[in-house]
Amino acid sequence: MTREQIRKTEGFIALSLSTLAALGGLFWLVFILGDVLVHGIKALHIDLFLNDPAPPGVDGGGLRNAFVGQLLITVCATLIGVPMGVLGGTFLAEYARGRKIARLISILADIMVSVPSIVIGTFIYAVLVKPIGHFNGWAGAVALAIIMIPVVLRTTEDMLSLVPWTLREAAFALGAPYYKVITQVVYRGAATGILTGVLLSIARVAGETAPLLFTSFNNSFYSLDMKQPVASLTVTIFQYAMGPYDNWHAQAWAAAFVITIFILILTITGRLIIKWRYK
Amino acid sequence: MAGKIELEVKGLNFYYSGNIHALKKINLTVYRNTVTSLIGPSGCGKTTLLRCFNRMHDLYPGNRYQGEVLFQGDNILSGGTDLINLRSRIGMVFQKPTPFPMSIFDNIAYGLKLKGVKKRAELSEKVEKALVHAALWNEVKDKLGAGAYALSGGQQQRLVIARALAVDPEVLLFDEPTSALDPISTAKIEELTEVLKKDVTIVIVTHNMQQAARISDWTGFLMLGELIEFDRTDKIFTAPSEKLTEDYVTGRFG
Repeated sequence: MTREQIRKTEGFIALSLSTLAALGGLFWLVFILGDVLVHGIKALHIDLFLNDPAPPGVDGGGLRNAFVGQLLITVCATLIGVPMGVLGGTFLAEYARGRKIARLISILADIMVSVPSIVIGTFIYAVLVKPIGHFNGWAGAVALAIIMIPVVLRTTEDMLSLVPWTLREAAFALGAPYYKVITQVVYRGAATGILTGVLLSIARVAGETAPLLFTSFNNSFYSLDMKQPVASLTVTIFQYAMGPYDNWHAQAWAAAFVITIFILILTITGRLIIKWRYK
Repeated sequence: MAGKIELEVKGLNFYYSGNIHALKKINLTVYRNTVTSLIGPSGCGKTTLLRCFNRMHDLYPGNRYQGEVLFQGDNILSGGTDLINLRSRIGMVFQKPTPFPMSIFDNIAYGLKLKGVKKRAELSEKVEKALVHAALWNEVKDKLGAGAYALSGGQQQRLVIARALAVDPEVLLFDEPTSALDPISTAKIEELTEVLKKDVTIVIVTHNMQQAARISDWTGFLMLGELIEFDRTDKIFTAPSEKLTEDYVTGRFG
């Protein structure tokens, strides 16, 4: 073979391998999504959102408790996690910019992002469930918030760092104190980026099961009391999928479908905002 | 010899963090309602000097001043200086336009709101006045609610000047305000300085010697952190007393 032939052969092999790898990954993704879609839509019914679960083994019933519970926990987690994440990111990018402590916290946050969520679940179990004596909604919200904080914190830090320094100087030059420079000028410049981070962090926790299993656990009844166990879609999916009844399986599929669509919409919105902002 | 003194620099030394001696024993006087330009090769300290006048260096830790800068007789380098008040009296315009991510109106109103102006009518009136003053009113009067980023670079720079003017400063510091602009926008801003100096004192840093010659009454030539010569602009450009100044303004180096 000539050198050119060898080069072309090598190129062909590399291209084939990477294409195969991409197709392999995509296959499973499409397979999973397709499966959820097919089974989910079949089981989707308006009763699913309006009714509470029927007694085990009895047909009918819905998952209203789990939808509402999931929403409740996610909203509470967002209310706890987002302010802390945004303020923490602000500290890193503004007040502690360039200092060693900022670098250290950044690295720790990056590590936190990849800590298995079940570890956080067990930690919260030890802190907020064991001492209280029973599973409760707040513990679930705090566990999800802890997962959100590093994501929001790092995005906020990155987005604030992208705002040019001259913009801050311009605000200072008009006689603005630092907190006004940050809240009135820098946040505006970084708003879409931070919002994207928030949306993606909600998407990240909305599908978590492990941290809820140890904290808010589950509740077969409709309850808005965050001091008591609260139902969630993810834990319900886990229990129903493991359960012995066919209609449980169908409802688990439907719930999986709904939560997948929800996360998909959040993620796509997040991406669209980025694209719209930086076009 | 000239009018009232606005700024007086006395034996000013400035050190960047790490003890880098950036300004060495600077003495210079800026007279009220004049344009004073600072020229010199890159890294000579002209921007550093300019940023002493509104204590911009205080934003970064480790910077140190020594000596005095008297603003209407008060030493602004003294510990008791209220920087927020100082910066509302001495405005600054930067090399690249720095509009805030908000509407044209809100950009101009920003400094006014900082000063506590709340009434819509008063804001509107002052915003219009500032935009007229900065020769931008006719171009933007129909789109005050539009985002400031929609303006061209030259318009943005005049917007920023209007924003600085809105709070009625006594001094305006220009840090190479036209180096990122096209010739027509540059000409507009140069014309503007001529008008503005009736109300404010202007100190301008420029890389462009022709610009300094065209618009300024006084010129300071800096090199390696020292003020080599400071005199009336026509004197600096026609009969400088220092050999270094002559070499620089005739383009022998720089």
